[in-house]
Amino acid sequence: MASATFRIWRGERGAGKFVDYTTEFEEGMVVLDMVHKIQANSANDMAVRWNCKAGKCGSCSAEINGKPKLMCMTRLNQLDLTQPVTVEPMKTFPHVKDLVTDVSWNYRVKKKIQKFTPRPADAADGTWRMQQADVDRPQEFRKCIECFLCQDVCHVLRDHDKHDEFIGPRFLIYTAQLEMHPLDTGDRLKALKDDFNIGYCNITKCCTKVCPEEIKITDNAIIPLKERIVDEYYDPLGKLFKMFK
Amino acid sequence: MASIDVPLKDGGFGSTRRTDNWWLEPLLIFLGYALFLGYSNYAVFTPMCGPTQPCYEVPGTNYLSPMYSPLLFTSAPSWWPGFIPFSAAMLILWAPAGFRFTCYYYRGAYYKGFWADPLSCAVGEPGFRGKNYRGERKFPLIMQNIHRYFLYLAIVFIVLLTWDAWRALWFPVAGGGEVFGIGLGTLIMIGNPILLGLYAFGCHSFRHLIGGRKDVMSGSSVTKSCYDCVSHLNKNHMKWAWISMFYVGGVDLYIRLCAAGTITDLRIL
Ligand code: SF4
Ligand code: SF4
Ligand code: FES
Ligand code: FES
Repeated sequence: MASATFRIWRGERGAGKFVDYTTEFEEGMVVLDMVHKIQANSANDMAVRWNCKAGKCGSCSAEINGKPKLMCMTRLNQLDLTQPVTVEPMKTFPHVKDLVTDVSWNYRVKKKIQKFTPRPADAADGTWRMQQADVDRPQEFRKCIECFLCQDVCHVLRDHDKHDEFIGPRFLIYTAQLEMHPLDTGDRLKALKDDFNIGYCNITKCCTKVCPEEIKITDNAIIPLKERIVDEYYDPLGKLFKMFK
Repeated sequence: MASIDVPLKDGGFGSTRRTDNWWLEPLLIFLGYALFLGYSNYAVFTPMCGPTQPCYEVPGTNYLSPMYSPLLFTSAPSWWPGFIPFSAAMLILWAPAGFRFTCYYYRGAYYKGFWADPLSCAVGEPGFRGKNYRGERKFPLIMQNIHRYFLYLAIVFIVLLTWDAWRALWFPVAGGGEVFGIGLGTLIMIGNPILLGLYAFGCHSFRHLIGGRKDVMSGSSVTKSCYDCVSHLNKNHMKWAWISMFYVGGVDLYIRLCAAGTITDLRIL
């Protein structure tokens, strides 16, 4: 059996260090398997959050060789095992212990966004009618598993610490999902511009690159929202045109 | 168990634990744009290839360099300030340049390649911006929101370049008049509006205006098909952005070399 070295960040509340663990591995293992094996054999007190091991719960987010990834979806054969593999917690959220961070800021952000506000029901039995073609767009965003890897990599949060002003890519797609929904009657454009500060996003697409659900966050959610804001606030000719229509 | 002391978050410029070639993409973007900017400056400020021979026209043909199209003035108009060297390209090139400068793809790319904001994903930024970061929320970058106006101009330019390609099918004859013909230059010029179209009609603003602005598109099959078609081009927007940009430069270069007599245009028909 071959062995590999995992360089795992150990510590509490941001203070700590990398510790090297050399462990044997088998074909088909993922990083989370290795972390579990190390936890079982040599580091019983190592904190790691996980749940489904199937890339669907969004719990096991970490940075593997510096890249935000799900530990359970990163197979060892995708990594160069001749060098130590670094595994560290996400950088954009307060650190708790070892690989675990406190992501509760995200839940607080979500509460600020106006909820789904459907129009009155279409039929007497309280149901609605809509076309699949019209919900295709919101459905792409519903694939989100809230792993918050996109929030972690976004430089507005990661490097510029704009947590108070910017909601981050995860919640921009959430807002897009509501705004583009054929039944929704809410209007979140003013909030997007002034409170959620979509203007901080400079469309550099790191969020799209890390999303394990391969949601085209920037192209399909953020830019279309920016365009809707242009309609409303930065397109005098378009406004004039609409007035005469 | 060896251990290494490093802070969890160091964030200095260029700091990262990434082990792949993260610097390659911003470097290629930087070099690609620098090359194109360098060439277009040369092309704009070198309008003459001989005492009376402009670089943007080829004798015996109706070819016109896309960097000089539409040719509004062949010499400096009276209102042109004397201290600025005159080039007909300067009067028109701001429109396609503005279109590309405000393009969502280019923005994302040059913010990385030229301003290191961020340099690359999960790589530390220069520290001076820190919390003072303004993004596109405030002046000056809030001006990027005028992109759709440049799109309207770009569509006009596609029409003009299509006209130029049509003109390239006609060759002046000695006694006066023109005959139909095809040269290598003609074929090259026909490619130009096609590639620019593939780029411009995949524009995010166009995608929005054609249907994306609506929540319900299923009501009109025309809207829906246009939107799907634009979305398809939009997926390849980056590719067409690069190809069409270098192609424009290539067309100018071909015409310039023919004008200077370095090469002779191959007449096919
Ligand atoms: S595209 Fe925008 S939201 Fe996504 S990572 Fe970049 S700045 Fe953040
Ligand atoms: S958008 Fe993608 S990266 Fe972001 S939280 Fe959802 S699944 Fe994770
Ligand atoms: S453990 Fe559920 S996503 Fe990895
Ligand atoms: S977004 Fe690239 S041309 Fe409009």
